[in-house]
Amino acid sequence: MVEEEGFRRYVAHAILWIGIAIVAFPVYIAIVASTQDNALIANGQMSLLPGGHFFEVYYQTIFVGTSGSTREPVGNMMLNSLVMALLIAVGKIAISIISAYAIVYFRFPFRMPIFWIIFITLMLPVEVRIYPTYKIVADLHMLDSYAGLALPLIASATATLLFRQFFMTVPDELLEASRIDGAGPLRFFWDTLLPLSRTNMAALFVILFILGWNQYLWPLLITTRDDMQTIQVGIRKMITTTDALTEWPIVMATAVLAMLPPVFVVVAMQKLFVRGLVETEK
Amino acid sequence: MANVTLRNVRKTYPGGFEAIKGVNVDVGDGQFCVLVGPSGCGKSTLLRMVAGLETVTGGEIDIGGRIVNQVEPADRDIAMVFQNYALYPHMSVFNNMAYGLRNRGMKEAEVKTRVEEAARVLELSPMLERKPRQLSGGQRQRVAMGRAIVRQPKVFLFDEPLSNLDAKLRIAMRVEIRKLQRRLNTTSIYVTHDQLEAMTLADVLVVMNGGQVEQVGNPLAIYEKPATTFVASFIGAPPMNLMSIRAEEIKSQLGSTEAGILGIRPEDFVITDQTPAGGVALPLTVEAIERVGAETFVYGTRQQDEQRVAATPGELPPGEVIVRIPGSEAPPIGERIRVAAMRAKLHLFSGDGRTRIEA
Repeated sequence: MVEEEGFRRYVAHAILWIGIAIVAFPVYIAIVASTQDNALIANGQMSLLPGGHFFEVYYQTIFVGTSGSTREPVGNMMLNSLVMALLIAVGKIAISIISAYAIVYFRFPFRMPIFWIIFITLMLPVEVRIYPTYKIVADLHMLDSYAGLALPLIASATATLLFRQFFMTVPDELLEASRIDGAGPLRFFWDTLLPLSRTNMAALFVILFILGWNQYLWPLLITTRDDMQTIQVGIRKMITTTDALTEWPIVMATAVLAMLPPVFVVVAMQKLFVRGLVETEK
Repeated sequence: MANVTLRNVRKTYPGGFEAIKGVNVDVGDGQFCVLVGPSGCGKSTLLRMVAGLETVTGGEIDIGGRIVNQVEPADRDIAMVFQNYALYPHMSVFNNMAYGLRNRGMKEAEVKTRVEEAARVLELSPMLERKPRQLSGGQRQRVAMGRAIVRQPKVFLFDEPLSNLDAKLRIAMRVEIRKLQRRLNTTSIYVTHDQLEAMTLADVLVVMNGGQVEQVGNPLAIYEKPATTFVASFIGAPPMNLMSIRAEEIKSQLGSTEAGILGIRPEDFVITDQTPAGGVALPLTVEAIERVGAETFVYGTRQQDEQRVAATPGELPPGEVIVRIPGSEAPPIGERIRVAAMRAKLHLFSGDGRTRIEA
């Protein structure tokens, strides 16, 4: 990194601060609004300083929900989102690491066609295949269930490709050494390949968890019961109540709560995540 | 303890490429066999076939009296040291060595004894808990060796194990490997492209070229009586000088009746005005000098008026001759000198270089 001197350095820092302000200010507003009285916000008199209702607003948000018709404690929504995001992240990693293992290390008939079929599904995200997917999930009676929320999103070409690329960089000699050391295919997978993939799995987990957590369209379609709502869908429903005043402090508190798990995951796994993206040592 | 016998072993890849074209080698119990040859000659493929990492297209591989063509690598009772060591990066040195033993269901106490014994022999005891990335190249190499010896296999297989080390360490490890093999008295097959490594390590040297065995035998015997021009130029550094000669010259000079190729090793020349009886003499112009300290290499060109020898096939640029002289005294560049070799030091080959002619 080149050290800039004097004026140019201040300009660079100013630009960085402006960038941070643009990103952080809305978050700040959300936090501030979630601690104020709804009447003030509705009047357009919202203060830019935190109000005194922090505990009551968050208590109501997490354990009670809004007073409107789609009343549902946000704690429950978060649980739904968490289960869905975890199922998607863990399921995707599990399925794709196994399929990548098969594609890279085994010679079976139609290996390449199968690889290409997996590859082509990259072009078919949920939104494109949403009707047939909905039909299948409905026919399997999986509406309003965690399985219905997570399963259609689990099959993943991206993760399979990522693991395939990683496996291809693992030296063949490791496999050969394992064979000579008496390790069969499952042993090699479990004892050598999985530990080596640890950082890749962590990086992928962070990305997939956030992807799952932020799902909106699919949960909106297949959950009808309020107690199966995810938090992303819940926020939206809180705002569209037409028969009552939107309870902005609760909406904002929900938004703040919705941000927390991804932040937590990123912070907790940051070290592994970065190593997973840059690691070269095998 | 076992013999390894290869009978007419062949390997043809699905694309039709013939990597091994019928190889017969017999390695006796406890012998150290070195496969040497230029890159692409099939030596590594052959070793991997013995290991069971490559399928065998034809012929038989026999380890200790058992045909192992269809046997899994783990069940052949062999251990292999890879060129890049192939240590498990996430396992400690101890676990790297113990892995193969544990996979075979050995008791943990016995595993511990064997690994610690191997670590002591290889001077790895202080670093048993380290990961491979915390070790130097030479230490990693020793761990790879340790992984092989704890198994106490019938056969050690080495696939260019020293080529990733620097020159000094390579020589040290070469000696270590030889001592270790002598002590354990385990049959070993060792692949290298380095003819010096091959010469110093081998009980049995197998020189390979183009998927075939050119010559098998004791290293010094091969050095003294190379069977083909390929072996002549591959074994020995700098390579043997090869020059094609016409029939009448051979007849008058050497008593042979065919045109052929004459080979003289650089160290068999002396700078002299005399021509030894039955030997040959060459007038040269000195082109370059390489001083290594104990010896000096003189690169000369044969003069144009000298019709005795025509262009050499392959190995040296036409007309170039390398002469090795002891010490660091050397004629100045540009000087015309005369070198000669004795009759006993001449190697004679048929015109195609495939057969040695004993005069």
